[in-house]
Amino acid sequence: MNKTSSLLGRFGALMLLALASVASQAQLSIEIVGAGTDRIPVAVPDFTGERIISQALSTVVRADLERSGLFRMVDATGQSVAESASVAYGEWKSKGADALVAGTVTMGGDGRYETRFRLHDVQKQATLGGQAYAHTSGQLRATAHRISDYVYEKLTGERGVFSTRIAYVVKSTGRYELQIADADGMNAQSALASREPIISPTWSPDGSKLAYVSFEAKKPIVYVHDLASGRRHVAANFKGSNSAPAWSPDGKKLAVVLTKDGGSQVFTVNSDGSGVHRVGSSGGIDTEPQFSPDGQWIYFTSDRGGSPQIYRLPSSGGSAQRVTFEGTYNVTPRLSPDGKHMAYVSRNGGRFQITLMDLSNQQTQVLTDSSKDESPSFAPNGRMILYATEVGGRGVLAAVSTNGRVKQKLSVQAADIREPSWGSFAK
Amino acid sequence: MRTLSLILVSSATLLLAGCPSQPVTPEQDPAGVSDANRQGVTTGIDTSGVDGADITLLRDPKNALSQRAIFFDLDSYVVKDEYRSLLGAHAKFLNDRPKRKMLIQGNADERGSREYNLALGQKRSEAIKKALGLMGVREEQLEAVSLGEEKPRCNDASEECWGQNRRGDMLYPGLTD
Repeated sequence: MNKTSSLLGRFGALMLLALASVASQAQLSIEIVGAGTDRIPVAVPDFTGERIISQALSTVVRADLERSGLFRMVDATGQSVAESASVAYGEWKSKGADALVAGTVTMGGDGRYETRFRLHDVQKQATLGGQAYAHTSGQLRATAHRISDYVYEKLTGERGVFSTRIAYVVKSTGRYELQIADADGMNAQSALASREPIISPTWSPDGSKLAYVSFEAKKPIVYVHDLASGRRHVAANFKGSNSAPAWSPDGKKLAVVLTKDGGSQVFTVNSDGSGVHRVGSSGGIDTEPQFSPDGQWIYFTSDRGGSPQIYRLPSSGGSAQRVTFEGTYNVTPRLSPDGKHMAYVSRNGGRFQITLMDLSNQQTQVLTDSSKDESPSFAPNGRMILYATEVGGRGVLAAVSTNGRVKQKLSVQAADIREPSWGSFAK
Repeated sequence: MRTLSLILVSSATLLLAGCPSQPVTPEQDPAGVSDANRQGVTTGIDTSGVDGADITLLRDPKNALSQRAIFFDLDSYVVKDEYRSLLGAHAKFLNDRPKRKMLIQGNADERGSREYNLALGQKRSEAIKKALGLMGVREEQLEAVSLGEEKPRCNDASEECWGQNRRGDMLYPGLTD
């Protein structure tokens, strides 16, 4: 604690942290508030031998699969099936399982463990494959997430996001913290603590850095923060305001909003802060730039037509095209990883809601029934959208699937949580 | 930093003069900025003689200069006429002290996107900056920035409260903070 206060004294209002673990009361808890209709029934009995580690690995796998909303857990309480066991398919079929995960944990040398698992198709009475991992007890959750990713991909045909990370800002009285957690909300770590606001964190494409806006100098300045070293540098600090960073797909540039020439306008800078270029121009507000995944377009919010709407322009320069037409408030464009959809915030009868547009035909769908939604962020597989909203006057994070069926709520006790950004696939 | 703001002055002046062309943008210097305290606005009050007199002036509740907040109507970015004399007092203060700088922080109410609200707050700070400019204050004495919805004066979700948050604050770095 002494060390903390002296650090705070030395850096004024600010603490740069090389990913310090946060206190347990700041742990994110996830509540599943909606699930898909055609969930795949999966049985994950205990892994044999897993009791040698304090936390059961199979528990983490079950929680992962269940939270995705795509699987229904078949009761396997008190049962364990070894990775190498010959499976009694008829028995699991009668319990209603379509798939079964069988696993074994054994003690290896030098304090490490070996976890092996096998995924079975109960209907076809065949194995779908398996993996083996050597890991420490500290890597138990990470190992479980990799197993969940394997099962998810085999059964759904798309990549799982259980091993990815999220970033968000926690606001408690007089304190703002930029935190990073696993996609299941566990293992929360603090990257930056400040007495002044932090907004708009966004992951670099390789997952090694976050760009964000900090108000510690009485004005908004864009920083790029390297997570492994805890070091950061200024990416944009021009006269006026500097905000809304967005990475180019190659991670070399940032689109930012600067007011140095008057008005909020979109620019690009190299991620080290050099080479500033103006992109497009308007007499009004241009903000919230976002590159399309192929790097060809920059989507942004502009009030050039009289109300805030989403536009796009070629990132190499050119004229802007309007993208949203319904309503009088459409902001915060975020492209799906395949570039086919755009999530954004629309105001409908005074309620701010997460909306999805199919860019091939401009069809839109309001995904949420809340009223203060902000900051949508796609999961790297495009299945879920993480966003900020309010429940009982408190900021919480929520996630909704792109078909609107699966819903989750993430909250921390006694604090506001906001400004989420979902990181890329683990490299 | 000083060189940078001088070059920026000329580009912003061009913009005010209605010239639509894009001037060559100066690059910022990314060196020496890894420590948060070394850049941005200086904090801490200098209590030397001249500063001391100005601080007294700015703190005197009977002096118009002690009023440094300007409120805006809903969806409006126009400085209302009732603030003309207040802005006049600040313009005179700055015109009499060409080395003094003012940081104008625009604010917005909490509804909607944080980044869009940041841009709305910027419109308010720039409206105040423009009004002071028309009263003869030099460009390099003024910096217009936005705090968006991040620093509300009032935290209730009510029209009265939001009105207090649609605001521009005029700060004299080193004197009023």
